[in-house]
Amino acid sequence: MQAFEYIPSATIEEAVTILAKEGDQARILSGGTDLLVQMREGRRRVSTVVDIKHIPEVNQLSYDPRKGLDIGAAVPCYRLYGDPAICAVYPGLIDAAALIGGVQIQGRATLGGNLCNASPAADSIPALIVLRAICVIAGSAGRREVPVEDFCTAPGRTVLQRGELLVSLHLPPPLPNSGAAYLRFTPRNEMDIAVVGAGASVILDDGGKTILSARIALGAVAPRPLFVPAAGQALAGRQPSPEAIEEAARIAQTAATPITDMRGSAAQRTHLSAVLTRRALAKAIERAQTRR
Amino acid sequence: MTTIELEQSVVADTPQTGKQYDVIGTRPIRHDGYDKVTGRALYGADIRLNDMLYGKVLRSPHAHARILSIDTSRALALPGVKAIVTTTDLPSLESVVSRVGEGAVNWRYLSNNILANDKVLYHGHAVAAVAATSMSIAEEAISLIQVEYELLPVVTTVQQAVQPDAPILLEELRTSELGAKGEAMTNIASHDQFLRGDLERGFAEATAIVEREFITSTVHQGYIEPHSATAIWGTDGLITIWTSTQGAHDARRQAAEVLQLPVSRIKVVPMEIGGGFGGKTVIYLEPVAALLSQKSGNRPVQLTMTRWDVLAGTGPTSGSVIKVKMGADKKGRITAAQASLTYAAGAYPGSPVGAAMAVIFNPYNLENVQVDGYDVVTNTPRAAAYRAPGGTNAAFASESVIDELASRLGIDPLQIRHINGAKEGDRRVDGPLVRRIGYLETVEKAQASAHYQSPLPAPSSPGRKVGRGVASGWWGNWPGGTSSVSVVVNNDGAVTLIEGSTDIGGSRVAMAMQLAETLGLQASDIKPLVVDTDSVGYNDVTAGSRTTYATGIAVYKAGLRIIDLMRERAAEFWDVDISTVQFDNGVISARDRRLSFKELARSLGDGNGNIVASVSISPNGDGVALATHIVDVEVDTGTGKVQILRYTAIQDVGTAIHPAYVEGQMQGGAAQGIGWALNEEYVYDQQGHLLNGSMLDYRIPTALDLPMIDAIMVETPNPTHPFGVRGVGEVPIVPPAGAIANAIHNAIGVRMEVLPMSPRRVLEAMWAQK
Amino acid sequence: MSQKQIVQATINGEPVEFLCESRQSLLEVLRDVLRLTGTKEGCNNGNCGACNVILDGVLVNSCLVLAVEVQGHTVTTIEGIAPPKGLHPLQQKFLEHAALQCGICTPGFIVSAKALLDQNPHPSEHEVRHWLAGNLCRCTGYDKIVRAVLDAADVMSVEAR
Repeated sequence: MQAFEYIPSATIEEAVTILAKEGDQARILSGGTDLLVQMREGRRRVSTVVDIKHIPEVNQLSYDPRKGLDIGAAVPCYRLYGDPAICAVYPGLIDAAALIGGVQIQGRATLGGNLCNASPAADSIPALIVLRAICVIAGSAGRREVPVEDFCTAPGRTVLQRGELLVSLHLPPPLPNSGAAYLRFTPRNEMDIAVVGAGASVILDDGGKTILSARIALGAVAPRPLFVPAAGQALAGRQPSPEAIEEAARIAQTAATPITDMRGSAAQRTHLSAVLTRRALAKAIERAQTRR
Repeated sequence: MTTIELEQSVVADTPQTGKQYDVIGTRPIRHDGYDKVTGRALYGADIRLNDMLYGKVLRSPHAHARILSIDTSRALALPGVKAIVTTTDLPSLESVVSRVGEGAVNWRYLSNNILANDKVLYHGHAVAAVAATSMSIAEEAISLIQVEYELLPVVTTVQQAVQPDAPILLEELRTSELGAKGEAMTNIASHDQFLRGDLERGFAEATAIVEREFITSTVHQGYIEPHSATAIWGTDGLITIWTSTQGAHDARRQAAEVLQLPVSRIKVVPMEIGGGFGGKTVIYLEPVAALLSQKSGNRPVQLTMTRWDVLAGTGPTSGSVIKVKMGADKKGRITAAQASLTYAAGAYPGSPVGAAMAVIFNPYNLENVQVDGYDVVTNTPRAAAYRAPGGTNAAFASESVIDELASRLGIDPLQIRHINGAKEGDRRVDGPLVRRIGYLETVEKAQASAHYQSPLPAPSSPGRKVGRGVASGWWGNWPGGTSSVSVVVNNDGAVTLIEGSTDIGGSRVAMAMQLAETLGLQASDIKPLVVDTDSVGYNDVTAGSRTTYATGIAVYKAGLRIIDLMRERAAEFWDVDISTVQFDNGVISARDRRLSFKELARSLGDGNGNIVASVSISPNGDGVALATHIVDVEVDTGTGKVQILRYTAIQDVGTAIHPAYVEGQMQGGAAQGIGWALNEEYVYDQQGHLLNGSMLDYRIPTALDLPMIDAIMVETPNPTHPFGVRGVGEVPIVPPAGAIANAIHNAIGVRMEVLPMSPRRVLEAMWAQK
Repeated sequence: MSQKQIVQATINGEPVEFLCESRQSLLEVLRDVLRLTGTKEGCNNGNCGACNVILDGVLVNSCLVLAVEVQGHTVTTIEGIAPPKGLHPLQQKFLEHAALQCGICTPGFIVSAKALLDQNPHPSEHEVRHWLAGNLCRCTGYDKIVRAVLDAADVMSVEAR
């Protein structure tokens, strides 16, 4: 690995200042499970590494039934599924957090890092999209908020400007009769990268018979995690029937523009887009119906 | 030290049937286990020497290119860089083939594989190496070496390589066509053939004929420990190499040949070995580390591969194309069988196609049969041995076809194997007569097993389908080679066992148990030590399923000598005639006098000369291995993913010395076979770049991908070993791919003709069927 | 060469101070600086688990932690698993069940399994397999490893009573 300067930052302001000064040559270190691998393999040249784990705000994990969930950018995955309240309220998020790498990766890896790494196959991003997560970004000019579906712009690229830092993710409190799920397809059962990932969320009416609204997002089928609003819109006002699910799956599949690489073929990914959308939707509906 | 051929008397002396052993068949804790569970055991990369330099190998970014120039000046100028070696530092070797271990080695090719000569032949081929004061500096230095390449067209598969207009890898290569050398430049190194009977008549007699072509990908042994070698080229000209190897003497011989030095100039110290599976019978780093040491002023140099180095630069086993045609009559008797196997040797000749030609039909007794084998060079790493080399792909093909014959004829798949199973006195396809072997017993045990007798479970959800498959496998364990041991009786009665067989998976305890059984002691009374090449006689590799068998015979014979020496001492001690001294189950007696082994050892004290026996043997026995496996799978028809639900391996293991480690071999072999069957493969781009050189994307099975693996041992003692030992390590990798393919067919009605049967491939096969 | 930093940490219960470059991983420092070579390098990429250690009670790949990150933190390696005398029940059960063949993955498995039993003393077979999925073993097929962990859990719960 090339030499670099390691700076443990104590405040967001300090980190932002360093990022503004160093630009592309600086990277944020939280879990490090992507960054260290990329630096070791020479895929990313970095002269300054800013460790944000000492900043209290980015380590905060708090859930309030009225305000929702705030996940600091440096909160490792294991803290999410280690919190019974979060598991009960956001099972669709836990689906993803418990899939990233293996247990020992989840001991370090963060959703913030997963997001900033901006892999098209990132497991957490489709889940965050369907849960309407908002990214809280700090910069020298202050703070701004960006919906998570707009955060990634291309493989490895995000909306973060020079001198900007992801502080936290905010998830609204789940509405009654809502449910979400994330599924991915991998050849192995663990320790693998999604060939395709699919997140789905639904809000049902009080009787659980009609879908009021739905969101679908896919991973690994486009240059960035793919939000497919049309798939969700097609479900609005309909019964959660196999036919409705099938229509949403077809819309999601049509939106997918996958490539062939060593992890899967374009045809396989196109096929899986529909299969996983169906399954994720069915699971989200089931959760919405059983947890009111 | 003398060499003794295994005499018949050894066998006759030892009652094998009905004998209740005291130690053999028990499950003592392995002697080396304590250090391994506490992190104290030292593996290849764990040695730390004073003043040690760290080395790094520069590897080719191209799959096929001519090296025009190598400029090391900038790298040498980097502070902290102490030495750089390239091919010019290696002696130029003749193209001479010698027998080494189980196989044959062309010394020039071995040398050129260690450091590329005029051409690089695969992505990852070693080109140069650096020694520096830190790994970071070595890494930086590597990036400063400038190599000018002229790119050449690439062939990564045998299908491409055998085309008449294919780019040529080795200009001097000529096909050995049934033994005769060809004249044209080619990538086909050899064509061999087994032929018997009358194929035409055989197929004419068949009620059903099945013919299919199978394609299998290159796979890697996947040991968790990367290769590592640490060397000092002493100022006295003597070289010491610490390395993790399957055979210290073999590594010494290879290093000596590559460096053109007498073997006694080199001492190889075997470190604990973190898996080999055949892949650590070949050397890569050892001569390079030695040369770096010499050039850096005799400082010790450690070279350790990264995971990418391991996958890109070391021994995968062959991808292959295998055609099989078999016919059977309505009773299920196979009337004719024909196969053509084309195996990728990688950069230099030497694929395991020869072994595969035997594996493919050897569980069965066949009258009319033809097997053709082709060894083909490709722009992929030089193939190395991998557990029953060549066997898994071969059996995948033949066992799939037999399964299809059975279903066409309406015969139970185990029954058709029983009908055709080879018995003592039958003639094998590759020539030898079949000796006493428990193949039919494995089929019968499979038929009677709880697994086969139980119904398939219901699918876990709609869209998933379950199926069951079986397959058998044969492997010709290596009965040869040399094993040397020394046994020392300490004056406290404990016995030191010095051996040359490196211990990959519990062989120390298996040797100690055989010695303890011979001497009437407990396994814990024996202290087994694996030592360096200067401290024990020549010993062949731990490979070919030979160690518990061959080194076990050496241990047994050394034990017999110890008994004689103890009787002699007792006779002197008691002042009686030796003929009156008996040794029985650890007790030495003469008329009314009795001493236990330990008491006699103690009473001998220190000053009376030690009791020591050394034995070196080259057994020439036999002991092929056979296995039958049963697997239940669930196929997700939406994704093509195959989940293993239940697995049972049945094997003729001879006498199980330490049953837990025999089961472990069966389970581990099955697991590797399952990985090969389902997900493991080398993925190359059009230019021959390896795309999945990591443990993330080269997908060996995780704990969550496998169920418990039931191991049913059939113990048919091997008549050529004093305790009936039969090599057990390799054959369990042979049946899994065939069994899983047959289970997939049973589940979804699709015949898989490719390995791996990955989700993508299963989906594609399902789509093709529609 | 880049400048070295002083790092203070608690390793296997002992206060430890070492010098390292910022680019050195915890794995590298454990093995090359502190000479705790029980922690193994299998892939240096977080994919095999051979280098697993426990950092402040959390299981991590030591190859994916910078050594400078452990300043002020607590690390347990395989060398710190056994009690002062004898073996940890996991170590004992790995031996009794023949749950190791070559043994290179064993330290990582034992460290991972300890982290599992610390937070889930009665795991099911599936939970053991799921937890250990990040630890690759190429020799055993995992059967005896899973049995050893389940057996150790039983023994420890009896001892705890």
